[in-house]
Amino acid sequence: MSRLLTMTDVWIEGRADEVWNPIINGINLHLDKGEVLGLIGESGAGKSTMGLAAMGFCRDGVRISKGAVDFDGIDLLKASAGRKRALLGKRIAYVAQSAAASFNPAHRIIDQHTEGPVQHSVMSRSESERDAMELYAKLRLPHPEEIGFRYPHQVSGGQLQRAMTAMAMSCRPDLIIFDEPTTALDVTTQIEVLASIRDIVTQFGTAAIYITHDLAVVAQMADRIKVLLRGDEVETAETRTMLSHPKEDYTKSLWAVRDFVRPAKPAVHTSATPVVSVQGVTAAYGKVDVLHEVSFDIHAGRTVAVVGESGSGKSTAARCITGLLPPRAGVIEFDGVVLPADYRKRNKAQLRQAQMIYQMADTALNPRKTIGEIIGRPVQFYMGLRGREKRRRVEELLDQIELPAGQYFERLPSELSGGQKQRIGIARALAAEPKFIICDEVTSALDQLVAEGILKLLARLQDELHLSYMFITHDLATVRSIADEVVVMKDGQVVEQGPKAEMFTPPHHPYTDLLLSSVPEMDPDWLDTLLAERGIDNIGDAAINKID
Amino acid sequence: MSVWVQIVGVLMACLALGWVFQFAGEKITDGTPFFRDMPLSVAFGYVLGVVVLIWIVWSYYLSRTLAAPEVNKYFFFRLAIEGFVLFSIAAWLFRLLGRTVGTRATKKLFRQMPLTASFGLMTIGIYALLAIFAGLLAPYGQEQIIPGVAANIPPGADPAIGGNADFPLGTDQIGRDILSRLIYGAQNTVGIAFVTTCLAFVLGGTLGFLAATLGGWLDQVLSRFIDVLMAIPSLIFALLLMTIASAWAGSQSGMLTVYMVLIIAVIDSTRVFRLARAVGANIVVMDYIEAAKLRGEGLGYLIFKEILPNATSPLLAEFGLRFCFVFLTIAALSFLGVGIQPPLADWGTMVRDLAQFINFASFAPQVASAPLLAAGAIALLTVAVNFVVDWMLQKSSGLKE
Repeated sequence: MSRLLTMTDVWIEGRADEVWNPIINGINLHLDKGEVLGLIGESGAGKSTMGLAAMGFCRDGVRISKGAVDFDGIDLLKASAGRKRALLGKRIAYVAQSAAASFNPAHRIIDQHTEGPVQHSVMSRSESERDAMELYAKLRLPHPEEIGFRYPHQVSGGQLQRAMTAMAMSCRPDLIIFDEPTTALDVTTQIEVLASIRDIVTQFGTAAIYITHDLAVVAQMADRIKVLLRGDEVETAETRTMLSHPKEDYTKSLWAVRDFVRPAKPAVHTSATPVVSVQGVTAAYGKVDVLHEVSFDIHAGRTVAVVGESGSGKSTAARCITGLLPPRAGVIEFDGVVLPADYRKRNKAQLRQAQMIYQMADTALNPRKTIGEIIGRPVQFYMGLRGREKRRRVEELLDQIELPAGQYFERLPSELSGGQKQRIGIARALAAEPKFIICDEVTSALDQLVAEGILKLLARLQDELHLSYMFITHDLATVRSIADEVVVMKDGQVVEQGPKAEMFTPPHHPYTDLLLSSVPEMDPDWLDTLLAERGIDNIGDAAINKID
Repeated sequence: MSVWVQIVGVLMACLALGWVFQFAGEKITDGTPFFRDMPLSVAFGYVLGVVVLIWIVWSYYLSRTLAAPEVNKYFFFRLAIEGFVLFSIAAWLFRLLGRTVGTRATKKLFRQMPLTASFGLMTIGIYALLAIFAGLLAPYGQEQIIPGVAANIPPGADPAIGGNADFPLGTDQIGRDILSRLIYGAQNTVGIAFVTTCLAFVLGGTLGFLAATLGGWLDQVLSRFIDVLMAIPSLIFALLLMTIASAWAGSQSGMLTVYMVLIIAVIDSTRVFRLARAVGANIVVMDYIEAAKLRGEGLGYLIFKEILPNATSPLLAEFGLRFCFVFLTIAALSFLGVGIQPPLADWGTMVRDLAQFINFASFAPQVASAPLLAAGAIALLTVAVNFVVDWMLQKSSGLKE
């Protein structure tokens, strides 16, 4: 195989506060024709920056300070703007993380698809349209003849991601850069996109750089894996070697993340009053019912994981419990007492007992308030502590979430990392001294190592403070590690519920089975095995439709 | 016709020169990306800029060397150039001062400050000083008619055209000192504009945040009412209300000023309402607001402790702009005769009173500059405030990143 892309000793810097800070520190990378390279690492490792640099491109405020990028004999860093323009889109293509944000919502999909080939004079408009339909069919999009004539908002997220892959393919490039193409998708949809991408890449012999933070995904896609950490290369190896014999400690720690599992707790006494009891709740946005007769109990000191895809009603159930969305029918009981449906009618003690931790710590913390103020407010509001007592309590809470109080008290949220922000969110919930905490996808925006730290912290707090959790998630690995009981939801209904051990052993409800089997595993043959078992036409949407 | 041919000819020449510039640059520097990737339009821009610069320098040279009648054509041009250079140097020195004197925080602020912002800050500072210490700084009273002094002494203190060194900016149509009136005008016009803007912000901001937080029918009622107010052209509306108000106020000119403040505040609060509501609506959907609501916080805490701190930068920027508009409205109303009432000095009134001298511009530019002094004071403050606002916006958007 011949060499397609060579990046030698690339140094990249980003400008912040009037100084240039290093982002990438002298990384070498090479890619042969038709090869797929996986780039993995935590957020901030420089994966995306490296991916863009492979196209000779930098974001604003970023510069390639040293090194060379050689694409098929062309030095991309020295090439003129015109030369690069002729290359990008035609021979090098890019697939972004969020297809929904990358498509122009004002134009039809096929109009955006044909733009590239026509611009680069690869095909005429009508040829390109025919070709688009073929590509759509190859990517197994439904109704390939007409789906291109829809607007981006008229197709689902997974379909849009595949349409974007088709668009990247439109000029038959030699190299495609995939920047986290499935991160924003549900597991069941993810498989579909993964299978499609892999198929089309092998079919056309396209080389690819596949950027992701999900090891199991990269194991399915890549021939070779390169691990990055804060701009430095940790190691590079063939996928199988890397998975079976990682050399560096950091890589090993990445591999070990999914091993954290809490020991099972004894079964709940049947006569015990649950802390929270959701009874026959039906709720609606406007006239459309989004929850149908949902019932489940959460007992003291237990974690109930609510799983399901986006749109299954998990978060709506949480909104009903908090009182943000008063249910149309059914009641919420707290310690055996019926709670008022609307949060405005609940008293301070009732509000204090149930707290919430949010998915996006960025929007959950007021960016203009210091950590001391954020955690101090509920302390003052509920406990009536002021001055020195308040400060002592806040420091105690910071101690509980394993952050040194002295350093963080005066900081603003923007000065913290994602994991630290999430810890502050936990501390704010704890400050109310609640019995029950709703965790809404608290780890899904975090890197795996950081997420593991958060899960361990939550587990420890539960043991120490005897808390009950309602843990909303779509990630079954998280469920496996932290849950005591599992509630599976689909289309606003509870499909199956029970203790974790029961839920993870067959026989399952077909939907639970689908969810479980769709979670990527570290085994590089997992996707092939799964496809062989289920058949190519029985994954993703098709499989879900079959259950209905 | 020939003028157009000349202009087109010059532009074509610029285009040709631009091409030569880019080509030569690429050859001489051996293909640096700067020249290599330069589009023809950009090269054309560079050449055009140089041509304009040469023209400015040449015109300034003419304005210093030509004799009496021709030089009048260049009088205001010369003034503008000299003023520009003078203010630039002053702003640069002001920034230098800020960098060496003061606390560490202010030093850092001045180090990162563009020249425009330091010009703006300096100008606003000077205006503020003039307004506060008007009584001490002004050589005469604002209403004082000095006995034995002629009316309409031209500015410039040039005895050849009837100037008087005791009145460097001349006297107005009934013999009052223009310099003193300009200084008092800062107090009246700027002071009243500031009060009015603050009032408009308290009113519009509070209602806007309330509408954003509570939503529902209150939002609908308030927003539609504001829409109705905004549908009426603001100056005409203000004029109409001022006419009514002057009937109410009768002979008390003090009351009329109070009415004017209220009227302009209400009319301008509609714009503030729109902004506050839009900004507030974006903040209200954040999870930290939901968390505060679920904590059981009251409306006051939500608005002033959670929403307001996140809305300060757009509101502050709007404050600067709104201040300019209010200030111009007051000047306009005074110019039309319903604003600040004589004998109080006001820049708008001063422009109106001396307006007929503008006709002298072509043959006696110094005389014509009398009404333009007050107009220039208005323009300078407006530009200064806008520079500062731009700078603050840039800073706050940098923070968001």
